[in-house]
Amino acid sequence: MFQVRFHGRGGQGVVTAAEILSVAAFLEQRHAQAFPSFGSERTGAPVVSFCRIDDKEIRLREPILEPNALIVQDPTLFKAVDVFDGLRSDGYLLINTNRSFGDLQIANAVGKLPHGQARAVAASELALKYVGRPLPNAALLGAFAALTNIVRFDSVATAIRQAFPGKVGEANVAAAQAAHDAVSIAPIAG
Amino acid sequence: MLKQVEGSHAMAEGIALCRPEVICAYPITPQTHIVEGLGEMVRAGELKNCEFINVESEFAALSVAIGASAAGARAYTATASQGLLFMAEAVYNAAGLGLPIVMTLGNRAIGAPINIWNDHSDAMSMSDAGWMQLFAESNQEAIDLHIQAFRLAEELSMPTMVCVDGFILTHAVERVDVPEQEEVDEYLPAYEPVQVLDPSHPISIGAMVGPDAFTEVRFLQHYKQTLALRLIPELAGEFKKQFGRDSGGLLRTYKADDAEALVVAMGSVNGTIKDTIDEMRADGIRIGLVTLVAFRPFPVEALRKVLVGRKHVVVVEKSLAVGMGGQLALHVDLALRNLAGAPQVQSVVAGLGGRPITRPSLHRLFRRALVQPWEGTHFLDLNEELIAKELHYVRKVRRSGPTAENILRRLSGAQKPAAE
Repeated sequence: MFQVRFHGRGGQGVVTAAEILSVAAFLEQRHAQAFPSFGSERTGAPVVSFCRIDDKEIRLREPILEPNALIVQDPTLFKAVDVFDGLRSDGYLLINTNRSFGDLQIANAVGKLPHGQARAVAASELALKYVGRPLPNAALLGAFAALTNIVRFDSVATAIRQAFPGKVGEANVAAAQAAHDAVSIAPIAG
Repeated sequence: MLKQVEGSHAMAEGIALCRPEVICAYPITPQTHIVEGLGEMVRAGELKNCEFINVESEFAALSVAIGASAAGARAYTATASQGLLFMAEAVYNAAGLGLPIVMTLGNRAIGAPINIWNDHSDAMSMSDAGWMQLFAESNQEAIDLHIQAFRLAEELSMPTMVCVDGFILTHAVERVDVPEQEEVDEYLPAYEPVQVLDPSHPISIGAMVGPDAFTEVRFLQHYKQTLALRLIPELAGEFKKQFGRDSGGLLRTYKADDAEALVVAMGSVNGTIKDTIDEMRADGIRIGLVTLVAFRPFPVEALRKVLVGRKHVVVVEKSLAVGMGGQLALHVDLALRNLAGAPQVQSVVAGLGGRPITRPSLHRLFRRALVQPWEGTHFLDLNEELIAKELHYVRKVRRSGPTAENILRRLSGAQKPAAE
């Protein structure tokens, strides 16, 4: 089972991101379970969502305690909540930022992860460029596919189109493609 | 058809396949997405011959359902928590009148303190109102139980509640197999009421009944639920034939054959318990599970048959009768009444107000149950330090203030409540 925890702020599409990832896994005939952190969260408040992916039925209903991957949609969260809580030592980290891990004061935590498994991608900037709004969730999922190979980019793109039909979907797929390429082509930062 | 959708949406699709003719609803978290989904289907014309009635309260929602059902329509509503309490009088009336309404309960805690998260307090509060109550383990079972619930309700002319864990199921996006309309039509025939308000054949429903006959009317209500003890497994069997899935029934067992310890639980926590049991089995511990689907009627005989001869029974429930303990545990005691050499029943209250029930906690709990059984009620993951501080404080200070606010202040890091 591969478990992903999303950290973001209310209004950033954190819950939608987990759902889109689960649909991408579903499209590959896998089992997936996405769920929010069940709060009555307000815009701007820290929000968590979860996605489990497995090849067999997922029965587990606890929150994800030991994620294989973290997707952090807002880099200011590191100061507000313990984002790294429970992250597996062989885990992945994907952050929406144009700053370095040193700048974010997380170089120590990142150093504990296997080389190349922590990446930063300026997803909000890409979203602004392609979608016209700084909503980083779709772009980050493109980057996630490149970083982990847990789901194929094509599946992510199809899932994004299902979540956002029409032009908005195409724009989000373009942002996801750009983020995907940034992670697969660019040298490892940090 | 396989879909990856939110539980509420999946349930809405399943309910629509049952061809309800009147849906009345008042929104309350975490049930709202279900009736919103149905409302959209009615508006879009996907759900035909169905009237969606927005009402001003939960009391009105169930009252309209009662009227619609008495007039011969297949009626559906949904609610949760405080909403169920607000319709309480109508809940009893629907059952007393014998109207086969189906209602989804998006299980949520009851205030005060106000809490929107999941536990089974709401279902327990109305468990003696005369409705049948079925608990879903997954969103697949939630769909399937609704289809069975209409059959069950209408064959016995008795209302049925389908209980689904709020947020944990209603807001989880997962894979479900949504049946085809033709299949559901084959399983669930058109509603043929046993009593109907029809202007061409006038009758009255809802007579006042005095001491001379009240007991008999009640007895027949109770008798119908004993019939349900046979009907529920039959309907689950027919369901399996039609749809190829095990869903519903009175109860299901998991790795129980050689188990010396059996866990008993209801609802979505069964999934987490199964994973925990697999891990414990890998360590050679003979533990298994009884997933209770039907809480009303309560399957005393079926449960006794499964539990007899075991050493330990651990009842994990998301409800607490304040001043008594776990309601489900009390029911399990009933199943073992007058049984010589009955297993030791250990009662656990867990997951109140949405507290996650995790595998690490369940591991500790089950291991302790095997070697160090307890009397009374165990509260899983209780923050004893917090309790001790508050108890000490209220002993010391007469005007100690509101408990919930005190506890929150301590949790947020403040050492003392404001009044101190």
